[in-house]
Amino acid sequence: MSLKRKDLLSLASLSADEITLILETADSFKEVTGREIKKVPALRGKTVVNLFFEPSTRTRTSFELAAKRLSADVINFAPSSSSVVKGETLLDTARNIEAMQADIIVLRHSSAGAAETLANGVKSSVINAGDGWHEHPTQALLDLYTIRQRGMSFKGLRVAIVGDVSHSRVARSNIYALVKLGAEVRLVGPPTMMPCGVEKLGPKVYHHMDEGLRDVNVIMMLRLQLERQGRALFPTIREYSRLYGLTADRVRLADTGVIVMHPGPINRGVEIAPEVADSLSSVILDQVANGVAVRMGILYLMSGANS
Amino acid sequence: MSILIKGGRVIDPGRFVGTVDVLIDNGKISAIGPNLSAPVEARTIHASGKLVMPGFVDLHVHFREPGFEYKETIQSGSAAAVAGGFTTVCCMPNTNPVNDNQAVTEFMLERSRLAGLANVLPIGAITKGSEGKELAEIGDLRRSGCVAISDDGKPVMNSLVMRRAMEYALAFDLAVVDHCEDLHLAEGGCMNEGLISTELGLPGIPAAAEDVMVARNLSLSELTGARLHLAHISTAGSVRMVREAKGRGIQVTAEACPHHFMLTEELVRGYNTHAKMNPPLRTWTDVHAIKEGLRDGTIDVIATDHAPHATQEKQQDFTEAPFGIVGLETALPLTLGLVEEGVLSLEQAVQKLTSAPAAAFGLNKGTLAVGADADVVIVDQYEQWEVDPSKFRSKSRNTPFAGWKVKGRVTVTIVGGRVVFEAGVTEQ
Amino acid sequence: MTSPTNKPTERKDEKLIMDAGDISRAMMRIAHEIVERNKGVKNLTLVGIRTGGVYLAHRLVKRIQSIEGVQVPIGELDITLYRDDLALRKDQPILRKTSVPFDMTNKVVVLVDDVLFTGRTIRAAMDSLMDLGRPEEIQLAVLVDRGHRQLPIKANYIGKNLPTSRDEQVQVLLEEDGEDDRVVILKA
Repeated sequence: MSLKRKDLLSLASLSADEITLILETADSFKEVTGREIKKVPALRGKTVVNLFFEPSTRTRTSFELAAKRLSADVINFAPSSSSVVKGETLLDTARNIEAMQADIIVLRHSSAGAAETLANGVKSSVINAGDGWHEHPTQALLDLYTIRQRGMSFKGLRVAIVGDVSHSRVARSNIYALVKLGAEVRLVGPPTMMPCGVEKLGPKVYHHMDEGLRDVNVIMMLRLQLERQGRALFPTIREYSRLYGLTADRVRLADTGVIVMHPGPINRGVEIAPEVADSLSSVILDQVANGVAVRMGILYLMSGANS
Repeated sequence: MSILIKGGRVIDPGRFVGTVDVLIDNGKISAIGPNLSAPVEARTIHASGKLVMPGFVDLHVHFREPGFEYKETIQSGSAAAVAGGFTTVCCMPNTNPVNDNQAVTEFMLERSRLAGLANVLPIGAITKGSEGKELAEIGDLRRSGCVAISDDGKPVMNSLVMRRAMEYALAFDLAVVDHCEDLHLAEGGCMNEGLISTELGLPGIPAAAEDVMVARNLSLSELTGARLHLAHISTAGSVRMVREAKGRGIQVTAEACPHHFMLTEELVRGYNTHAKMNPPLRTWTDVHAIKEGLRDGTIDVIATDHAPHATQEKQQDFTEAPFGIVGLETALPLTLGLVEEGVLSLEQAVQKLTSAPAAAFGLNKGTLAVGADADVVIVDQYEQWEVDPSKFRSKSRNTPFAGWKVKGRVTVTIVGGRVVFEAGVTEQ
Repeated sequence: MTSPTNKPTERKDEKLIMDAGDISRAMMRIAHEIVERNKGVKNLTLVGIRTGGVYLAHRLVKRIQSIEGVQVPIGELDITLYRDDLALRKDQPILRKTSVPFDMTNKVVVLVDDVLFTGRTIRAAMDSLMDLGRPEEIQLAVLVDRGHRQLPIKANYIGKNLPTSRDEQVQVLLEEDGEDDRVVILKA
């Protein structure tokens, strides 16, 4: 079993075996990140370009650290929106970067499908670091890794994803992967935040938080985009928080060993109460730590795929 | 100069179908009948085995001039039109500046005269700048040559303004054309809303965004008695409502585009920007409804919504890429596909490309009656060919039909008694 | 896969080089040599290279324990990330865990592998060890040395010197993988 792919664009396109391979590979890198010298020479001489059209310090830093710990050369490229105005297309930008002999391009873009468009146009490997509302595969993989690290097996695992699923690439990637791995996925949120036909992808939709959280093993909170307030998705933060905020009382509705996850950055007191974010069941910081190991694993697996 | 078209199968929808000769003299149809003899100086075109029809009339094209000549000009658009068998095309006003005044209309007519290919008839804006606020000088637009009014891609959202436009247009017997889309419901959308938009993470445009505006427009048409023409309807709901409205005697005509009866939203997978148009490609249910609407006459007209865009624009990522595809050079074979499929009879298909669109805008076109303008198209119904965008006369190449093997090709196009296109001959 | 321990008959596509008895005796000898050379087991540690070397290292630990009565610390090394051909490969090899659960500082580390060939694996293993800590000394034990070195590397303990031609395939098959213990040359 190996990852015979040029690109990592989505989890919708990966098989359960491929997902498992990535998680197992990440295990090896978890060991590396625990060493005193957290660096291995696997990607020596390779160039990784972080091409971030949307600002994201966390994901970018995580990829940067992962690439550096693999001894790759890393370039961070944040095209200003002005070059887009000048009429340079995504492909133009990417071909320029490719001309610098980038082996792997890590792309963050506000448009769904940007990673796929890019991958079709360049010979470098492309890793999707988030495209619009579409997918954020590496975030979901680190979520899965964190769940597995807690000794949970995916088959029959009850996972509640709470919040604005419609506009969440993290939710989509997690839905695809968890369903493939045999988990029972619940989506919790108001109907305004549930995308059309999402139940056909496997999950079950709950509009009431208390019902959705009952007996779940994992609670994944999504970040609420505060600027969507009043844009007809929800009336006020106050009401949203009361209906869908994760409180300690609500955590008690879940399974006793429940873990609470959040892709960050969190809105304390909005979607998640501070005492929950800081509680023992919270694995939010583990997610961040695992992010580097998982991304090392992905970079390693992608590094041999072309040439 | 006379032209005698000999031995073709003539289809003059609603009037005549049969194998006869057609004689053209002084830019008009001068005779039609068996065994016509040609005047001495006449050119004879042998058309046996071919179809001879009125030139096609497209109520919905975008020729981009003035303002976006890099996408298309009236010259290149007209060349594409006649290559596709269209002798009359109606240009939407979303140019820059918007065609909301006499100067732009006259400019377009002048460019068309210089091109000397198809009849290019401008559609004027409903409101100034197509901003949906104040009525444009519709009387002036009519006087200078506009054949209908529309704000096209920027539909009039304010229902009172739309009511007044419909009422006002009555004075000039102008059709009011609406691209039915509730801009609030559709905001940010770039494909049909449904499971596929969910999977792809693309913002969706629900069918309801079209349906609510169709419903509104039908109500306003009923209220005002205006001549309403619905551009490119794409949903089962629209078809149902138009059918019901026609049943009650409301004055409305409707058009559908080949891509809306040939393709579904599935084509968007892979973020294919040639599958991005507005209204978006819908579902199989909608495609079936459109076909049924064409079959039972609910949908009167087949129009192309020919919307050229430069290659680099369509190479952008899906959400950034502009809406629209070119259609003039592929509409004929795609429409003949409906005949092959048994959805339409050949005469019905021709009618939806000729006499029906002419009637919708009250144009003196779309017929081979003696005395009519000699706009004629001769078609080899059986010729098979592969769609190759690099061979388009249009400046743009944005078609989802590239590589399709299709059947039915224009051999000769005549406008005003002049041959303006001949297959295999490079036009001047 | 619990075949009897009587001498395995030579299989069709293989040429038998060492049988289970030969391997067992070689391992015993190497265990003695390690203890002798290091004057006991103080500061002694073993690190096996995945996969075959790990099995052999565990066998050596047992044998050393039978001689000295002390169980020496053992580690397991996956050298994949240190290979010099990673950039050339189309598909990356599956990674397995590295686990060296003791501090190597001021320890003697005996690297254990099944076959010594070009020496590239041992180079990778030494680089990997140096990133994991600072051993006082690294020694090398192999079951088979088949020659054709491409790097200046020499084993301290050798089960068997086996002259081969460069394109022959030498395989060490071990019980831990469900095989009968044997060393063979695969016939083309």
